[in-house]
Amino acid sequence: MKLMLKIWRQEGPGKKGALVAYPMDDVSPDMSFLELLDTLNEQLIGKGEVPVAFDHDCREGICGSCGFMISGEAHGPAKLTTTCQLFMRHFKDGDTIIAEPFRSRAFPIIKDLVVDRSSLDKIVQAGGFISARTGSSPDANAMLIPKNKADRAMDAAACIGCGACVAACPNGSAMLFTAAKISHLGLLPQGQPERHQRALRMVNKMDELGFGACSNHGECEAVCPKGITIDFIARMNRDYMRASTTETMEPVKRV
Amino acid sequence: MELNAKIPSGPLEKKWEKHQFDMKLVNPANKRKYKVIVVGSGLAGGAAAATLGQLGYEVNCFCYQDSARRAHSIAAQGGINAAKNYQNDNDSIFRLFYDTIKGGDFRSREANVYRLAEVSSAVIDQCVALGVPFGREYSGYLANRSFGGAQVSRTFYARGQTGQQLLLGAYSALSLQVALGQVKMFPRHEMLELVVTDGRARGIVVRNMVTGEVTSHTADAVVLATGGYGNTYYLSTNAKGCNATAIWRAHRKGALFANPCFTQIHPTCIPVAGEHQSKLTLMSESLRNDGRIWVPKKADDQRNPRDIPEGDRDYYLERKYPSYGNLAPRDISSRAAKQVCDEGRGVGPGGRGVYLDFVEAIGRLGESVIRERYGNLFEMYEQITGENPYKQPMRIYPAMHYVMGGLWVDYNLMSNVEGLYVIGEANFSDHGANRLGASALMQGLADGYFILPCTINDYLARISPANRLKTDDAAFKQAEQDVQQRTTRLLSAKGTRTVDSFHRELGDLMWNNCGMGRNEKGLKEALAKIPPLREEFWRNVRVPGSAGDFNQSLEKAGRVADFMELAELLVYDALQRDESCGAHFREEHQTPDGEAARDDERFSFVSAWEFKGVGQTPVLHKEPLVFESLHPTQRSYK
Repeated sequence: MKLMLKIWRQEGPGKKGALVAYPMDDVSPDMSFLELLDTLNEQLIGKGEVPVAFDHDCREGICGSCGFMISGEAHGPAKLTTTCQLFMRHFKDGDTIIAEPFRSRAFPIIKDLVVDRSSLDKIVQAGGFISARTGSSPDANAMLIPKNKADRAMDAAACIGCGACVAACPNGSAMLFTAAKISHLGLLPQGQPERHQRALRMVNKMDELGFGACSNHGECEAVCPKGITIDFIARMNRDYMRASTTETMEPVKRV
Repeated sequence: MELNAKIPSGPLEKKWEKHQFDMKLVNPANKRKYKVIVVGSGLAGGAAAATLGQLGYEVNCFCYQDSARRAHSIAAQGGINAAKNYQNDNDSIFRLFYDTIKGGDFRSREANVYRLAEVSSAVIDQCVALGVPFGREYSGYLANRSFGGAQVSRTFYARGQTGQQLLLGAYSALSLQVALGQVKMFPRHEMLELVVTDGRARGIVVRNMVTGEVTSHTADAVVLATGGYGNTYYLSTNAKGCNATAIWRAHRKGALFANPCFTQIHPTCIPVAGEHQSKLTLMSESLRNDGRIWVPKKADDQRNPRDIPEGDRDYYLERKYPSYGNLAPRDISSRAAKQVCDEGRGVGPGGRGVYLDFVEAIGRLGESVIRERYGNLFEMYEQITGENPYKQPMRIYPAMHYVMGGLWVDYNLMSNVEGLYVIGEANFSDHGANRLGASALMQGLADGYFILPCTINDYLARISPANRLKTDDAAFKQAEQDVQQRTTRLLSAKGTRTVDSFHRELGDLMWNNCGMGRNEKGLKEALAKIPPLREEFWRNVRVPGSAGDFNQSLEKAGRVADFMELAELLVYDALQRDESCGAHFREEHQTPDGEAARDDERFSFVSAWEFKGVGQTPVLHKEPLVFESLHPTQRSYK
């Protein structure tokens, strides 16, 4: 196939960026999108130019490192797919494809297609954990968890933290990401003691970091490569409301 | 050099308990005065950093990814073993110990493996406490599945994303410690040098991958949890960023490298699709619970697999290993696949593939059950190949996956360099010459949650934090200078070939000459070809950009430079180990029916190599393997 790639090139934070066109010949339909960028980069280095920077690691759709906007869609046109698992057979000969970084106030651009998503780590650090000290746990089968509950928790826990939900949201909201974590832990009996504080801390941190609010566009669910659904946001909102009426937020501290 | 594994005395099942009592402790109030560096944030590193933080130590944790949650442990699919015997199927600590030693073809240390089996149960408890959503029965109890090399069902799983869920558990525990200020995370930082003075690890030098800034970090102990060196082979199931730089830099500073030739080729990966291939994707071993592996009986049978009648199919694993069948261990399954493909019976492009067929299981259990068990794996397969595995069999082929070799460590997981600990895949300790499925997660978490946080106290209690070096010490300045010189050298070669082209060439050479089957001629040929390739690399590599910049080409170049050196040691070890054992299959040494023929008389030892300079012959130190509880036998899965 022949394709026209237009890629956002930006030298660094605060620098001016622009779309640069790269015609690509001999594209194999069995290539992944990242392998197409590999091929382009080999050509650019050959010509003495600076290759395109992009985050990637496992290339099997689970680490959450990769991701950018492909012709306006986070991770591109295929459903339930990360950028690394997007294969060129989803495109047609002659297509023009535009690759831009995830854009959000909370994700500053580092270079080209690479953004800083450390704000997602900060949301987890605010409360996305069960404070179980190593060694203090009882036998794993001492606590029964109904299969449907465990399965539902797993549905939420499947989030890979790629940030596509934030990039796709017109408000730049991290509600789907945060809701997935709150729901995963909040659905499990182990997660109950800290459930309210977790909801308060994580939601407040999300707001503090400059993520927007949810206004039910559903774009996040549409682009989520792991199929996390927005009913988890409703669940998070319930948890947050309930927590707000019964508890006040406390900082994370040692016992 | 005297290698002392420091294995505690006493009966096998009492060693760890006794050792825990015998070790020195650090008073809780004094712990905060000590600082520990953890490099890597996967299952081993993440769990260790979190647990050391809980204990009260000041911890600095470094990872090259943009978040601690992305380490490649995340990609482990199938499960984690533990000797819980929840299935009432004759499992026990001793059986897990036995299976692991046998699976490793009697090339691992009894005491380490027994301890691993002993703490495996607590690992599961800890993970559940952290909220890992393991698969459950309708009763609410934990579910299990089977894995290769075992006849019991002891593998715990979270769909096909077990590694991800375990890692997110460790990452959440780590996040709490970060919030408490006990652990400081340094994402997008790559360790480029270890600082050693007076035989003691003093700290590390790292490069900030965003700004290019090179800085020193000093500590009372350094823990390397940086994974394996499978990417020496270029194409592997490892993440693209997985590298050996941390352990190789430590090796160059005196840490011995043990059993580098013990590399595991995983039997069930998606075959190579073309020249552009950048990595290989694993299809979990758990698929072999229900999938049946076969090839056509006739060579060059081009028929559609659904048109090939039963009588014309060879279910070769079931035929050769009737008692383990499709769940034969990885090394054996991989070699069997290579063998049928070498006979011209392989399927798919280039004939390098075998079928993994679910039609019988779908008929027996229904598609919905198969979807429930393996749905995400089937989707991944379809995404990559464009073929629907519910309708036609998967095509799979072996690929480089995991390394059993790594830095040599004693029973305390400390290398021969004082204060340098190595945990998880980065060390060599537990899997011998072949690792069983679902045991890497077990080892990473056992090391990180339970073993290192115990053994490190004993070292720290003997040293004083007052003697910690400052970062302006000459040793750190020298190491920083070394890092900068290396970087300058890479950037100033300004040659004609890209880093990837060198890496591919090295990988091809390793796969062809030191892959599933190895022989003296091929190994010697590789030893002749690696040094000129390395020389050409330094002379003719083209690394664009600058040092003070976000420069992914420079990162890759540094890693490939180290693979070029490690590859030579790996091949050298493979040549020296003139026997077959586990994944190390020397074609000269096989039984009449083609199985690995071990030579316990000559090779029942750990090969621990000492670095003597690039291109210089490394020095071999032998740690004899003593079997007190088990008697080494010819491994049989028939």
